[in-house]
Amino acid sequence: MLSYSLKRLASAIPTLFLLITFAFFMIRIAPGGPFDSERALPPEIEANLAAKYHLDEPLVVQYGRYLWNIARLDFGPSFHYLDWSVNDLILQGAPVSFTLGLLALLLALAIGIPIGAWAAFRQNRAADYSVMSLAMVGISIPNFVMAPLLILLFAITLGWLPAGGWEFSPSRMVLPVVTLALPMIAYIARITRGSMIEVLHASFIRTARAKGMPERSILFNHALKPALLPVISYLGPAAAAILTGSVVVERIFTIPGIGSYFVQGALNRDYTLVMGVVILYGMLIILFNFLVDLIYAWLDPRIRYDEQEA
Amino acid sequence: MTARAPVLQVRDLAVHFRVDTGSLFRRDYHIVRAVDNVTFDVHSAETLGVVGESGCGKSTLARAILGLVRPQGGSILWQGEDLVGISEEALRLKRREIQLIFQDPSGSLDPRMTVGEIVAEPLKVFYPSMSRLQIRERVAGMMQMVGLSPDQINRYPHEFSGGQCQRIGIARALVVNPRLVVCDEPVSALDVSIQAQIVNLLKDLQKKLRLSLIFIAHDLSVVRHVSDRVLVMYLGRIMEVADRDSVYYQARHPYTRALIESVPIPDPVKERQRARRSLEGDIPSPLNPPSGCVFRTRCPYAIDACADRVPPLETLDDGSQVACIRHEELAEKWTREAESDPTNNQVSS
Repeated sequence: MLSYSLKRLASAIPTLFLLITFAFFMIRIAPGGPFDSERALPPEIEANLAAKYHLDEPLVVQYGRYLWNIARLDFGPSFHYLDWSVNDLILQGAPVSFTLGLLALLLALAIGIPIGAWAAFRQNRAADYSVMSLAMVGISIPNFVMAPLLILLFAITLGWLPAGGWEFSPSRMVLPVVTLALPMIAYIARITRGSMIEVLHASFIRTARAKGMPERSILFNHALKPALLPVISYLGPAAAAILTGSVVVERIFTIPGIGSYFVQGALNRDYTLVMGVVILYGMLIILFNFLVDLIYAWLDPRIRYDEQEA
Repeated sequence: MTARAPVLQVRDLAVHFRVDTGSLFRRDYHIVRAVDNVTFDVHSAETLGVVGESGCGKSTLARAILGLVRPQGGSILWQGEDLVGISEEALRLKRREIQLIFQDPSGSLDPRMTVGEIVAEPLKVFYPSMSRLQIRERVAGMMQMVGLSPDQINRYPHEFSGGQCQRIGIARALVVNPRLVVCDEPVSALDVSIQAQIVNLLKDLQKKLRLSLIFIAHDLSVVRHVSDRVLVMYLGRIMEVADRDSVYYQARHPYTRALIESVPIPDPVKERQRARRSLEGDIPSPLNPPSGCVFRTRCPYAIDACADRVPPLETLDDGSQVACIRHEELAEKWTREAESDPTNNQVSS
């Protein structure tokens, strides 16, 4: 397992390299530049700016310089947020987005899996139908509708919770975490239900019943692990997405996360910031997919990654 | 037939399934009588073979005995206690005494559990007072008994062949010391060479542990090898129940006879000489079974009277039972034929 893990991590380097290269040239192809504004700048100032940010060099040289800087974990200065480096921006925003995302993820798992499993056990009965229709609603309502609704109800009408702002306190985190988690709960519940129904029809579940296992131990000892496999594979990319923050939720609740950088960076042609969040996102995707594969092996002994064991 | 006490008495058992046939706007359904009016006994330490074509209700019968499907009528008396209508929990506890072995050996084992865990699991449920060490010993002993090496205890099912998986299935079923084991086509998914090993293993274990077995199969030669008595089913009904030898040499029911004639003789010369009356056509749809005797549509001896009423399962002098209104005249006819042609209808061993 260790040698497999090392191999996987080593193979992440060329993947990241390709990602960086692709993103670097893509954003440069995009029309416009970081210092364009409605009023054209005097040519001398423009030249000065270009010189300061090395934009006057040939693209290949810039690319080489950028790679060299990244290798030293220096993502460069932001082109838009003056006096800020991309490292600072991400280091300041990422913990907020991470906390929010992680809490939403845990909440979604803690609620989504049990209700999905429960619906599967009550397949095609009233409970199943009502839970699944509710889940469908949860998936369909976009977060920019859900967030204002929650604020209206809990912050304005009832006055139980603050409407926005960020500090590390439960009352401030409830609404954004719930908004982020709701569609995930619905999604996880649907996946769990589907795979659980499939597993409950498997021969070995019939065997477990025939040999006299109580329903509870059938669920926990036999059915749960295989039923979770599809949830785990959904979680890989979903975790990467939710941990890097949500533009809408962070905007509505005025949370200083990194979610908005994805959009703002691109709109401002803030080359270094775009590269920074792309690399962060890419690394998370690679990391989580690797974790998913490890969890797969743990959940299913038939999956073995080390050749010599076969 | 010895006068041993029956451990299992099945009386007028009926298992019906509802098949919805309606459309979105019209509710409609058919009733499939998967098992209908089935009555038989299983004695202690005997093997009852159950044969019949696919779809005749053999597996449904097995599942009904285990309580995995609930019957619509009749009774299943296990040592005098009726299992029909008792609670799920009470039924579950009966699994300590009645176990089931499945057709699909590898699919019926949880791929995420080691062999040791699979075999130990029923012990943990039914004998919670057993210590870990006792369980380990019992599991190892059981593995040895079914011909597996105890040092394979930490392997997973996918590391075993089909035959070995079925041995695991047998160990898992026998580990709780059941009185009755229902084997639902236990060898039909295996290679012929492996079938013999598994069948012999079951036979040996049955003798050693004085088990009662219900052995369901569509392969007549396998059933013949293991069974003391044989029950022949067709379209959910019993056609004939008799001692093994009388079924194979002296079949009373036209269906039994047709089944036995369909077994190939492993001698090309004899096989070619044999006169065969193979069955025409397919099994009728169980959604819409024929009136009267369900076999009459394919029976070469059917007369008009067969359509009028369901033939009762008659008990004959030698204890065999047969459900055919013409069984007496047919028996005479077949005896005459057998005398005139000694090669005909003799099943070679």
